[in-house]
Amino acid sequence: MLGDGELLTKIWKRLKSWEGFLLAILVVIIISNSIKSPVYLSIGNQINLFNLSIEKIIVALVMSFIIINAEIDLSVGSMMGLSACAFGWLFQQGVPVSAAIILVLILGIIGGAFNGFWITKIGLPSLVVTLAMLIGFRGFARVMVEDRGITDFPEWFDALGQQPLIGPFPLSLIIFFVLLVIAIIILQFSGFGRYVYVIGNNREVARYSGIKVLRVKMILFVASGMISALAGLLFAARVGAVRGDVALGFELDIITMVLLGGVSIFGGSGSIFGVVLSILIVLNLRNGMALANITGHVQTGVIGVLLILSVLIPNMQKMIHAVWNQRRMSILK
Amino acid sequence: MNFILRRFRPEQIRELVLILLILLVIFFFGFQIPNYLSARMFNRISASAAIIAVLAMAQTLVVLTRNIDLSVGSIVGCTAYFVGKQLADNNEMDPFIALLMSIGLGAILGGFNGFFVAFGRVPAIIVTLGTLALYRTILVEYSDAQTITTMMLPQWLLDLPRTNIVSYGKMHLRLMVGGMLVVLVIFQLILKYLPYGRRLYAIGSNPEAARIAGIPSQRIVFLAFVLCGALAGLAGFMYLARFGNITVVAGLGFELKSVAAVMVGGINIFGGSGTVFGALLGAILIDLLDNSLIRWVAISEFWRDAMLGMLILLAVAADALVMNRLRNLWTRSDPQMKSKEEKSHVG
Repeated sequence: MLGDGELLTKIWKRLKSWEGFLLAILVVIIISNSIKSPVYLSIGNQINLFNLSIEKIIVALVMSFIIINAEIDLSVGSMMGLSACAFGWLFQQGVPVSAAIILVLILGIIGGAFNGFWITKIGLPSLVVTLAMLIGFRGFARVMVEDRGITDFPEWFDALGQQPLIGPFPLSLIIFFVLLVIAIIILQFSGFGRYVYVIGNNREVARYSGIKVLRVKMILFVASGMISALAGLLFAARVGAVRGDVALGFELDIITMVLLGGVSIFGGSGSIFGVVLSILIVLNLRNGMALANITGHVQTGVIGVLLILSVLIPNMQKMIHAVWNQRRMSILK
Repeated sequence: MNFILRRFRPEQIRELVLILLILLVIFFFGFQIPNYLSARMFNRISASAAIIAVLAMAQTLVVLTRNIDLSVGSIVGCTAYFVGKQLADNNEMDPFIALLMSIGLGAILGGFNGFFVAFGRVPAIIVTLGTLALYRTILVEYSDAQTITTMMLPQWLLDLPRTNIVSYGKMHLRLMVGGMLVVLVIFQLILKYLPYGRRLYAIGSNPEAARIAGIPSQRIVFLAFVLCGALAGLAGFMYLARFGNITVVAGLGFELKSVAAVMVGGINIFGGSGTVFGALLGAILIDLLDNSLIRWVAISEFWRDAMLGMLILLAVAADALVMNRLRNLWTRSDPQMKSKEEKSHVG
């Protein structure tokens, strides 16, 4: 039985953690935004705020898995661009939209498997492979659409991205929530999720424990490719047009969301709960800045600073702790 | 076979292969593109490769220590714009002060990266991904959507890209290319002979061992980032001189080219091996392909990036698969070297 005091300390401990810190920041941002702008808290604005970055936050979910697994996928932004462009290209060639959607998802799986092949079979670092494909996938996207823009998708396709589907929620938001539930179940409550953590913590130990390390990594990269392709399709549907620079630089936002959420860049720790909090922080911060008439470029800069701080602050905390403990030990002696 | 084994190291073989590959590419496009093997092409490609080569050397210093700098493109943009703006406001400024200013600004921006990486213990990929966005934002805000045009710049700067050191017929060795070669020689010597250079390799090969051996890793990594920034600043100055018209997108995507050049040039992405000469070869190959594909009518120029991505993958995979075997071959086939090596390890 937990006494009252114990319960309080447990809650206090929870709040003192990184998630608690994020929650506090989120509350501050929400309060300051709602003071600044009366429309901020309306359902319309809240859905709009999700909808404007929906592709990024969908990919952020799968990116959490990859970073917890001590890998990184820098090619997601280019994969999103490639899938959107491939969709536009197929559409232009007269392929029916529903078939094009399926083909693009398969393309995403192939792209992810391609990354996975070099990483797991050849043994190259994921940083290198995905950096190369950050250039490569974008290059293929440019080959497909060159410098044109492709528009005039069928009405129903654009409507899927733009109109609400169930109640006030558009399709992409529903997809996000479904994927969120799946991600939480897999990462937090399944054997596969445990494997992801164990491999991220110590690859060798995982291997000696009989975990099929390479297969887990392969699955993650394939999933990353497929989800990125899906996100690219959602982008095409939402914007209703496709160009060679679709989703350019999205990897910055996506990785920021994941790392700010308390996922360690060295792998092995982090939770979807933290990532959701940091997604909310980034979205609300961007929305608040937009409501305050701050331009997109400054927003990107702020995200960049946030990315550095999200790793720097925990590091500083650790260093100060270490120094403090040392002092205390020397005094005790 | 024995002769090769005795005379060359695997790394040198790799560089030779790269040189052969460059010649092959030149011959191939020589047959495909009319007027390709001309003095004008040499002048153009050497001038544009010089900028990428300086950036690749900058990247090399950082990659040797097992780090990476993705912000060099933004540093190029920042220095090119800032120095261009100063020159536009004050046309009488001394050329050397302008040059020093760009190198200094680059060093400061690189210093920020280095500070967070070395003393804040934040992984370089995170820091420089952040500053890639941050520096670009600073540039956009500072520029206020204004463009620097050649009209605003002093005459000496506009003449700079056309200044030659030596000419052979219509083939010119531009001053900027010469400058790049000087930088190459300096850094090749530093990396090979100075304690600082050797320590970069030591930290990259085994950070833990370097720390235990008493090498001040933090300071050296910090300085590597400062030097990288300074060289990126120099590249920014060259960019300003070469193009004259500077917008806020100056240098966009250069970070990827520099990383690509480094990887193709045989610098191990895990640190500890590679030379600036390799980086130069990588930069030449990449810029050669870049400039040739635009002029090649057989395929669309949009294939450039797709091919670049594949090229990087192949280069790195070849390193991983072939180079290890080569090294094994070398140590196995040379008992003398083996025993010498063992002795030196003991000593």
